[in-house]
Amino acid sequence: MNVETPVEALKPNDYASDQEVRWCPGCGDYAIVKGVHRTLAELQIPLEKLVFFSGIGCAARFPYYMASYGFHTIHGRAPALATGAKLANPDLDIWVVMGDGDALSIGGNHTMHAIRRNVDLNLLLFNNEIYGLTKGQYSPTSQLGTRSPSTPQGSVDAPLTPLTLALGAGARFVARTFDTNQKQMPGVLKAAHAHKGASLVEIIQNCIVYNDGAFDGWTDKKVVGDNSITVEHSKPLIFGADSNKGIARAEDGFGIRVVTIGEDGITEEDILVHDETNKMLAMMLADMKQPEFPVALGVLYNNPSKAYDEAVHEQLAAVKEANPAGTINEMLRKGRTWTVSEGA
Amino acid sequence: MATNVAPSDDGERKALDSVVIRFAGDSGDGMQLTGTQFTQSTALMGNDLATFPDFPAEIRAPAGTTFGVSAFQINFASYDIQTPGDDPDVLVAMNPAALKVHLKDVPKGGTIILNVDAFTDRNVARAGYEESPLDDGTLDNHVVIAIEINKLTNAAVADCDVTSKEATRCKNFWALGLMCWMYNRDRQPTVEWVEQRFGKLPNIAAANIAALNAGHAYGETVELPSGVEAYVVPRADVQPGTYRAVTGTEAVAWGLVAGAKKAGLELFLGSYPITPASALLHTLTGLKPHGVTTFQAEDEIAAVCSAIGAAYAGSLGVTSSSGPGIALKTEAIGLALVTELPLVVVNVQRGGPSTGLPTKTEQSDLFQAVYGRNADTPLPVVASRTAGDCFETAIEAVRLATKYMTPVILLTDGFLANSAEPWEIPDADAIADFPVEFRSNPDGFHPYLRDEKTLARNWAIPGTPGLMHRIGGIEKDYDSGHISYDSDNHHRMTKVRAAKIDGIADDIPSQEVATGQDTGKLAVVGWGSTFGAINQAVRRCVADGISVSHIHLRHIHPFPKNLGDLLSGFDQVMVPEMNNGQLVHVLRDKYLVDAESITQITGQPFKVSTLESEIRSRVGG
Repeated sequence: MNVETPVEALKPNDYASDQEVRWCPGCGDYAIVKGVHRTLAELQIPLEKLVFFSGIGCAARFPYYMASYGFHTIHGRAPALATGAKLANPDLDIWVVMGDGDALSIGGNHTMHAIRRNVDLNLLLFNNEIYGLTKGQYSPTSQLGTRSPSTPQGSVDAPLTPLTLALGAGARFVARTFDTNQKQMPGVLKAAHAHKGASLVEIIQNCIVYNDGAFDGWTDKKVVGDNSITVEHSKPLIFGADSNKGIARAEDGFGIRVVTIGEDGITEEDILVHDETNKMLAMMLADMKQPEFPVALGVLYNNPSKAYDEAVHEQLAAVKEANPAGTINEMLRKGRTWTVSEGA
Repeated sequence: MATNVAPSDDGERKALDSVVIRFAGDSGDGMQLTGTQFTQSTALMGNDLATFPDFPAEIRAPAGTTFGVSAFQINFASYDIQTPGDDPDVLVAMNPAALKVHLKDVPKGGTIILNVDAFTDRNVARAGYEESPLDDGTLDNHVVIAIEINKLTNAAVADCDVTSKEATRCKNFWALGLMCWMYNRDRQPTVEWVEQRFGKLPNIAAANIAALNAGHAYGETVELPSGVEAYVVPRADVQPGTYRAVTGTEAVAWGLVAGAKKAGLELFLGSYPITPASALLHTLTGLKPHGVTTFQAEDEIAAVCSAIGAAYAGSLGVTSSSGPGIALKTEAIGLALVTELPLVVVNVQRGGPSTGLPTKTEQSDLFQAVYGRNADTPLPVVASRTAGDCFETAIEAVRLATKYMTPVILLTDGFLANSAEPWEIPDADAIADFPVEFRSNPDGFHPYLRDEKTLARNWAIPGTPGLMHRIGGIEKDYDSGHISYDSDNHHRMTKVRAAKIDGIADDIPSQEVATGQDTGKLAVVGWGSTFGAINQAVRRCVADGISVSHIHLRHIHPFPKNLGDLLSGFDQVMVPEMNNGQLVHVLRDKYLVDAESITQITGQPFKVSTLESEIRSRVGG
């Protein structure tokens, strides 16, 4: 007989499967899986309702380490499979784990369309700016000049910025965090989960083998305060180890700049206040790059609209109400028919 | 709505037992519409019929050009017919280009109805004629009825409050009206269709109906050339029952829905527009009340992947496309195969390779269906033979997919998808249910537990407490379902996947002989939409005492168990295909039979006469 999972009892470890984790020792993915387990325990999502989809790559092993339902699919296509599953059963709580090559190169089309359709999926993009599983080729997010087995003289093509791409595709929720920021991650993931529609969370992740230290310049404890900013809705965009730096409107009125409170006549009044429903602001925050800007973390944009799966099911319900289905025989006999009688 | 149509007893009409009419015009002239309406009326008159829509890939090619010609052929008869006919008895040519393209098919003495208003110097030149074919003797061997159809149409709709452009666009209804008179077709179904179609544009509806009636009245009043008169084609003596006209597209859609209901599942279609498969997406979208969800994906890959995702979640996953799209879906089909999820892949074949001939028919994706994936990836392949047969094959595809937890490829083609035939509507209640049982018992569960008999794995869907599990493209352990790179396990899993599909041979009917004896001099083996042409050719030869039989395959993989023995009972085996020889190779490979290939790769269905002469050249007579 089926036994309901006692939801109150779920602890972070209850979300972990019994499978041996096979990421490289020191991989950022270990921290992320822990952060996800913690988040799910805080949310107390029943295991049987939870589904993790993934594509191909190191990150894509994620479902095997979850005690929920999981589907390790093919390269780049996880959002498409997840879309079908969500449409087939909207009650499922679906998470999609993707890497940067997976989501933005081979699967770029599916990522874009899952986002613009606004399917109610939690899309986790593990961005380590490199192909790990295929042994270190540069990825669509690799910095210009990245030396790799396929670009020994350095890459010459510009990387893309996942969150501005998502906003350009019409994302209603984008957020960013990084692997070792366990204090921040559960909050960001919970916000993503609470958002009904496609929620894209970029999780910056260190590849210890092929791109080690790529993000140290702003994730290391010593510099994270000065080189990143955690944004919060309706709070001023202040950052820095001494909390004296901020994001202000550019002097010419367009764009943004970094300012120091107390210098050049800048006061707290000049600092922009984060509005997570302001798309232009989100676009600028998402595009902030080192060294000119701190890297923006937290929920950059959260402005819900109707989820695709909800709209599809509303339409289905309306059509069904207006046109009762009837039997197969009735379906086959709808329209023009004629009868040939015996002996005719 | 059932309509009773009494057979005509019009004493003044000459009775014919069969007629082939071809409507041809510019792709903007509404020839497909004209043909479809004539088909409806003909079906309601109780004739047997078969149609062949033949249209260009361009939506509106430059007016008056030969490459913009669109045609619709219908063969209707007072007896059982199986093909749209070889050559037209009557050609309705709405412009010089239509005449240019189709004249070669009209036999000597055949009737040609021309819209002379379209034979302007410019159109004549554009069609590639140096001189007007009306004047230079080109048509001397035919019975020509030259009519000012534009002018007569414009006059007929003068009171209808339409622009002159709209008036001229009614000319196809004028031509339809004339043909309705000539062959004693009821205009009422067309009138009703027009009223419904143009409900919001009553002036357009009125104009089309006026044109239809004017064409009919013209036939009644005008004096036609000698040799042309009013005909009647008595109703065919068909099995009692309820009938409708059906296209392969409709029948596939209904079959999939019926199959899903028989399995107790909702149906999810993930699809991406492609000729000639798009109509299936449209048709299934119209069946939403029957538990159908349709999803127009961003590409072919997303289309199949969404269907696999839906299957994982507990729906019947379906994806539809044509050859190039199926190629894109290939990797994902492998995923469905290795994760053993039920998926129906409908391939409405078209001319290839690559973009090929998108609107023309071909059956050149058999290799792709049977062999076209990386690794050892056997799956069931089912092929439809007629428009009506698409209903049964679609149900069969669903049955195999759900019973054996496997992707199944259903092969139809552009000809089947678009052509219409009268179809005796089956009693769906008489078709056995094959309900799916989702796993719910957690005791001893793992995702690759297999049914001992079918070897299908158990289907546990997300949302079921206690059965949480992970599946994926990496090889899984036979005994636990966990990831396994073990070499012996991979050997075992590959073998069990193959054995599962091979075992389907025990669950399908023995191969029957469609026409002729079970043994003899020549077996003509076909598959797919060549059924009608092969069958008619074989019947004619059998009637002349020739030792020839027709064997037509529904199950391409696996083959029925008795097929090898059956073929060994014939001295010769001939395999006609609308490709460069595919089934013939599979038969030779499987049975070491000396099968001979007959190929035609013209984008057109086989003619009965072609096959008949191939048979006679081998086994005499």
